[in-house]
Amino acid sequence: MTVKPVNQKAWLLVLPVLLIVALNAIIPLMTVVNYSLQDTFSPGVFFYEGTKWYQDVLSSPRFHGALGRQFLFTGIILLIEIPLGVAVALAMPRKGPWVSVCLVLMALPLLIPWNVVGAMWNIFALPDIGLLGYGLNWLGFDYNYTQQPFAAWFTVVLMDVWHWTSLVVLLAYAGLSSIPDAYYQAAKIDGASSFAVFRFIQLPKMKRVLIIALLLRFMDSFMIYTEPFVLTGGGPGNSTTFLSIDLVKAAIGEFNLGIAAAMSILYFLMTLLVCWVFYTAMMRGDES
Amino acid sequence: MRGAKIVVVFIYILFLMLPIYWLLNMSFKTTNEILGGFSWYPQQFTLDSYITIFTDPTWYSGYINSISYVLMNTVISVSLALPAAYAFSRYRFMGDKHLFFWLLSNRMAPPAVFVLPFVELYSAMNLFDTTLAVALAHCLFNVPLAVWILEGFMSGVPREVDETAYIDGYSFPHFFVKIFMPLIAAGIGVTAFFCFMFSWVEMLLAKNLTSVAAKPIVAVMTRTASTAGYELGLLAAAGALTLIPGVIVIWFVRKHIAKGFALGRV
Repeated sequence: MTVKPVNQKAWLLVLPVLLIVALNAIIPLMTVVNYSLQDTFSPGVFFYEGTKWYQDVLSSPRFHGALGRQFLFTGIILLIEIPLGVAVALAMPRKGPWVSVCLVLMALPLLIPWNVVGAMWNIFALPDIGLLGYGLNWLGFDYNYTQQPFAAWFTVVLMDVWHWTSLVVLLAYAGLSSIPDAYYQAAKIDGASSFAVFRFIQLPKMKRVLIIALLLRFMDSFMIYTEPFVLTGGGPGNSTTFLSIDLVKAAIGEFNLGIAAAMSILYFLMTLLVCWVFYTAMMRGDES
Repeated sequence: MRGAKIVVVFIYILFLMLPIYWLLNMSFKTTNEILGGFSWYPQQFTLDSYITIFTDPTWYSGYINSISYVLMNTVISVSLALPAAYAFSRYRFMGDKHLFFWLLSNRMAPPAVFVLPFVELYSAMNLFDTTLAVALAHCLFNVPLAVWILEGFMSGVPREVDETAYIDGYSFPHFFVKIFMPLIAAGIGVTAFFCFMFSWVEMLLAKNLTSVAAKPIVAVMTRTASTAGYELGLLAAAGALTLIPGVIVIWFVRKHIAKGFALGRV
């Protein structure tokens, strides 16, 4: 790979993007930082509060609860979606007319507005009229996601698997289709087992796209809001209240600006930290 | 072995289609029939829900609003991201790596963090309750994504192409539009698809940045669901209609979609 030339004029090409993203990112972020350091008793009158809100948030059981549920949720869906996505991608036909059909059908859930996804599953999982809820009860499970926390979790996780596994499938499939046929033929001549083919040919070729999949799935599941909010409203009780749901509740529902803003900043920093780790790993992979 | 593979793919697609089938199933039922009990298919097939949506302005204007901010956002995102992606793919410049990560970090920002400040910002700019406000707000995550995807596709074009064009006497804008853009046409298509998709599915910002005039379809749906009791048939029909734009755009990019999902980097 040749080295790119240094050219400071390239900044001019980046400038428009910089301006529009700065408008949307820096001004609102500064507003949030302001709120997180101030208190107000009447509109327009603010008092500097220092780190009070941060201390409140960091010591509140409510925040710990939402954070714990968030990590649990993200962990579960990553553990299901990544292996499942890879398995489905490996099972996909490599060429032929069915490839396009499969890809389009699989991509369909990705293109449904998130609140429609939530509404769809809300009804699909109802025990009396929804296929999933009715089916599970018919099979003898006592299932009612509006009342049982475990059932609510099951439904939220299943919904996310339904919604997003295809992203992993498509990414992994893209990695697989970049493998030349000659590799497989060579493996066949050497008498390699299908596990060896997976371990030494397919997995290394998918590594890069799988990191992208991991990065995207982490980011999006960590900020998930609309789907579980429409599905369960964070309930029953607080059992499916994830970070974003809690945050919107504090900011818009209770109008606790200081708390909400301090939560926002902490939340953003956490996402940033994890993504930086993934990103660095990915860039290192690029260079080697 | 081959049979097992087909079974895996078939079961997976079946799993994806069941909730969608259920939505379509309900959209052809009356609300009374839906609430009346479980049935695999509509007993009294009706198109009433769809007719209501196509004749009631509060419903269909929701679709028009959504489509217009999504299209605006796609055009803005792609056209701003094109030169920037070129700069990242071809040159090194001061702070380029940090800038790239900063851009991406905005894709990571939870929209929930930005809801309140966005409402204040766009109210201050007198853009509250316009489709333009939503289009601009969605740039927060779509522009970085567009830069990321386009950069991947552009880096796949050998730099000799650029150099040859300059030797042949092309100016930069001429070269970019006439030679370079056709070379990455698939990448531009895929990028537009992604911008369309993420703007179309987002609802937290779209809903909170609008009140009456520019209300997106997703917000119309939530309001109807809460005020008119549960009009499930109507809700299902409205939901089913939101699938159509996605199906249309995905059909256009079906050949490049796998590569596009890998952000051009395979």
